[in-house]
Amino acid sequence: MNVIETPLPGIGVRREILTGSGRRVGIVAQRDGDLDLIISKAGDPDACVASIPLTPDEAATIGNLLGSRQLVAQLTEEHRDLPGVTTRQFLIERGSPFDGRPLGDTRMRSRSGASLVAVLRSGQVQASPTPDFTLAAGDLLVVVGTSEGLDAAADILRNG
Amino acid sequence: MHTTALTLIELGAILLFLGILGRLAGRIGLSPIPLYLIGGLFFGQGGFIELQGVLEFSEVASEIGVVLLLLMLGLEYTAKELVTGLRQSWLAGIVDFVLNFTPGALVAVILGWGSVAALVMGGVTYISSSGIAAKVIGDLGRLGNRETPTVLAILVFEDLAMAIYLPVLTAVLAGLSFAGGLGTVGISLLVVTLVLVIALRWGNVVSAVVDSTDREVFLLTLIGAALLVAGLASALQVSAAVGAFLLGIAISGATAENAARILEPLRDLFAAIFFVVFGLNTDPSSIPPVLGVALLLAVVTSATKIATGWWAARRQGIGRMGRARAGSALVARGEFSIVIAGLAVASGAVLPELAALATTYVLLMAVLGPVLARLAEPAMQLVERIPKRRPREATGLAS
Repeated sequence: MNVIETPLPGIGVRREILTGSGRRVGIVAQRDGDLDLIISKAGDPDACVASIPLTPDEAATIGNLLGSRQLVAQLTEEHRDLPGVTTRQFLIERGSPFDGRPLGDTRMRSRSGASLVAVLRSGQVQASPTPDFTLAAGDLLVVVGTSEGLDAAADILRNG
Repeated sequence: MHTTALTLIELGAILLFLGILGRLAGRIGLSPIPLYLIGGLFFGQGGFIELQGVLEFSEVASEIGVVLLLLMLGLEYTAKELVTGLRQSWLAGIVDFVLNFTPGALVAVILGWGSVAALVMGGVTYISSSGIAAKVIGDLGRLGNRETPTVLAILVFEDLAMAIYLPVLTAVLAGLSFAGGLGTVGISLLVVTLVLVIALRWGNVVSAVVDSTDREVFLLTLIGAALLVAGLASALQVSAAVGAFLLGIAISGATAENAARILEPLRDLFAAIFFVVFGLNTDPSSIPPVLGVALLLAVVTSATKIATGWWAARRQGIGRMGRARAGSALVARGEFSIVIAGLAVASGAVLPELAALATTYVLLMAVLGPVLARLAEPAMQLVERIPKRRPREATGLAS
């Protein structure tokens, strides 16, 4: 994918892609650290229909949401022949009991039977994280298991 | 009354008044610059209340205001941005200069004010307010627009042009001979080049010298260096403002960001005093005679700026709507027009009427600029009667 980078002197950098539908979608990274999500207008490709300021947390979460879809679809496809096994994603919210704690603390596999296969953070995939991997708010966990196991896993992540 | 007490009371009253004006400006979404000028007119000679005690302090404070304005401007750019910006936009920059310098210069000549005033008024009408333009672009959500880099490139060119224009102006205002003026310009060109090279190669060294993790030490070093450089530049007749601008460029990276952050409130304070002092020194009764000329100049130079932006955007393959947005974003004049007029008036080399004309002109343009920028799109739609949505895009995002 071709990312077009345009310097904006005195303000920051704009990075965007041209989608197949002919729209520009990207971000403006301002020098003071602010991020704006930009989407070009349909009738006027030079202008933007939206320029949405995002906090780093919000940007990371959007990145995860966009990136995880593909991963989850792929895992679901792989488990299609295993009846009863599904893939689900869980978000570590701010104030979650595991925010800032190592993955091992959840003891998810022994308590629910479901297994964590990947963590998405800031749009990056951490495949098969080890128990000493430290979770943080905004992380999206991709978990594989039976539907009861996944319910149990959800309960563990929410309530500790 | 004791003079110190009088100074404090007057200064306090002025700052409080400016605070109220600034709040008002924020409420109605205006740049505070025109209101500060009006504030100065209100307090100054021939105004409602004439102040005596603060003059001495405010003169120095307004000098510091100019130094900080330019220092912050330099901090906003890296040398690399300036060099690449210059390479991309020099043609648009020259068109901008010719189209917008000429009306001001012509008016001064027609009014019979002489060639020095022509040089001053040309500068006043030439330079867009990068502060107002950047704010308008951000406020209207146009950071992601395709024409925005074109607009910013023109602003960069103008700011760099100031580094050459201000020393020339200082030399002319000081009444230097042709040879002496040429020498000054030579020195300043040499210094500008030298600083760009130093900033490109050793910007991190300069930054490291200035940088400190202690806020107090950092602030003292920064302001000390800025005033020292500005003073030395002034002694060389290169213009104090340019010295500060170049120091700002030489400081880069995280140091520049930190510097901009801690200097911003100080800059705002001293720059406000600068605008007020300019207003203080202008007699309000001198405004009505120049109002007609100022209005004419406002109309003409709005048109020439729009033409400049239109032309530059078209060269970048921007559509008609984007060209109108680019042009209108450049219309606002502000801080630098007043800096130029302020230098000229302080030197005594021009007529006091020039201050009145420059004040009136900037009052008009600082208000008109953001309004035109906002109106560009609806106006274009009216002119072109663009159908609201074409069938093919009906399934897309609402726009």
